[in-house]
Amino acid sequence: MIKVRIPTPLRTLTEGQGEVDLEGKSIAALIDTLESTYPGMKERLCDEQGALRRFVNIYINEEDIRFHQGLETPVEEGDEVSIIPAIAGG
Amino acid sequence: MSKIKGLVCKECKSEYPAKAIHVCEFCFGPLEVAYNYDVIQTQISKEKIQQGPISLWRYVDLLPIESTPTVGLNTGFTPMVHSKNLGKKLGLDYLYIKNDSVNSPTLSFKDRVVAVALTRAKELGFDTVACASTGNLANSVSANAAEANFKCFVFIPSDLESGKILGNLVYKPNVVAVEGNYDDVNRLCSEIAGEYPWAFVNINIRPYYSEGSKTLAFETAEALDWQAPDHVVVPIASGSLLTKIYKGFQEFERLGLISGVKTRIHGAQAEGCSPVAAAFKRKSDFLQPVKPNTIAKSLAIGNPADGYYAIKIAEETGSIIESVTDPEIIEGIKLLAENEGIFTETAGGVTVATLKKLVNQGVFKKGESVVVYITGNGLKTQESIAPAVGSPWLIQPNLKSFQHILEKEKK
Repeated sequence: MIKVRIPTPLRTLTEGQGEVDLEGKSIAALIDTLESTYPGMKERLCDEQGALRRFVNIYINEEDIRFHQGLETPVEEGDEVSIIPAIAGG
Repeated sequence: MSKIKGLVCKECKSEYPAKAIHVCEFCFGPLEVAYNYDVIQTQISKEKIQQGPISLWRYVDLLPIESTPTVGLNTGFTPMVHSKNLGKKLGLDYLYIKNDSVNSPTLSFKDRVVAVALTRAKELGFDTVACASTGNLANSVSANAAEANFKCFVFIPSDLESGKILGNLVYKPNVVAVEGNYDDVNRLCSEIAGEYPWAFVNINIRPYYSEGSKTLAFETAEALDWQAPDHVVVPIASGSLLTKIYKGFQEFERLGLISGVKTRIHGAQAEGCSPVAAAFKRKSDFLQPVKPNTIAKSLAIGNPADGYYAIKIAEETGSIIESVTDPEIIEGIKLLAENEGIFTETAGGVTVATLKKLVNQGVFKKGESVVVYITGNGLKTQESIAPAVGSPWLIQPNLKSFQHILEKEKK
């Protein structure tokens, strides 16, 4: 199982849960699993072309997936994934 | 009727109440304060501003608070210096330095955003404030929280300059040094912000906080006798400051306080962390995040949230986003100090070095006005410049020893 942390704005879809355990071989597959378990999730995270929305950041074990293979980044048993809205600096 | 309508998503325009939230639930776009400009129009005037407090609060009609200001009452209204020496050296007759390195209370432009953020946090009923910071923001949150009686948590990368770490500790907030870079700190803080009912100034208070930066544009226009300059040069970390300086001039024009705004808003980054400049040069609005490696730690955001908007504004206003190397940054710091007597931190070095680069590219025409924003103080980042400034003459306490060294060292 892979632990996925859900940001506050999406917790209305997960009945308030901040963490969910899911199966999947890649980030894209995890998003599909999320969508089938919690409908409405995918359109929040991805645009009409299926690409990650501009202001959504996804991290695998604390590393931005854009440093790996984006949505195609593979995930393994025990990995932790965080979905986080982009935030401004200081 | 209130001047604040609520919050609105910058992307999909969904509307929200003016609470401590920062992300659109539908598209994850950033939320911004929506104003009733018709209401503001009836309240604001040049005369009223001029008779207002000698601080950023003279522009309160365009800031997102509902009652009276309670934090940062001495913040802003920093010197705007007509540069003679540096201007002459660079061939610019109308070069102005907006000197936020002497802002109150903590010597950086972040005092502006924090004054607004903490006043708003108090209005919204918070008792604890927090931030993720590259240094200056944490310093300002710590100091202002002490004065305004907030509990305070500041999160910083563990490798910050010692002056910036001490500049938190002295105010006795909870200082959390995170083993990672700013982007790691920011990501962690987003998760912490979801778990604790705190006012994170750059996260759930961001729609209000970021508006404080507009006052740099307001003060600039007022100091130029109610005109916008032809050019400004702005350092880019997250990109937020650049977008808000643009917005400030736009708002003043919309309300009839200035007219004919054609300001070009140039951006400055350090080459060791230049995702915005790189995307601008590629003519792309897709930002590839980077792992920062530069002495300009206050600008070291590898994943800048407002970079996309900064690029849009640069394109729209025919401006340029450039990057400069670490040696150029050091030279920029020295150039400003030796010519104008202003000691800025590395971010200011980035801005001055970029100004010089734009001069060499022929961006500025004769007679045009140029404003550079010096956003932080050199005393906070001494280790970056120390190897480049030499050492004092060492003598014995007698006249002969002085005369001897004077002959030897005289320049």
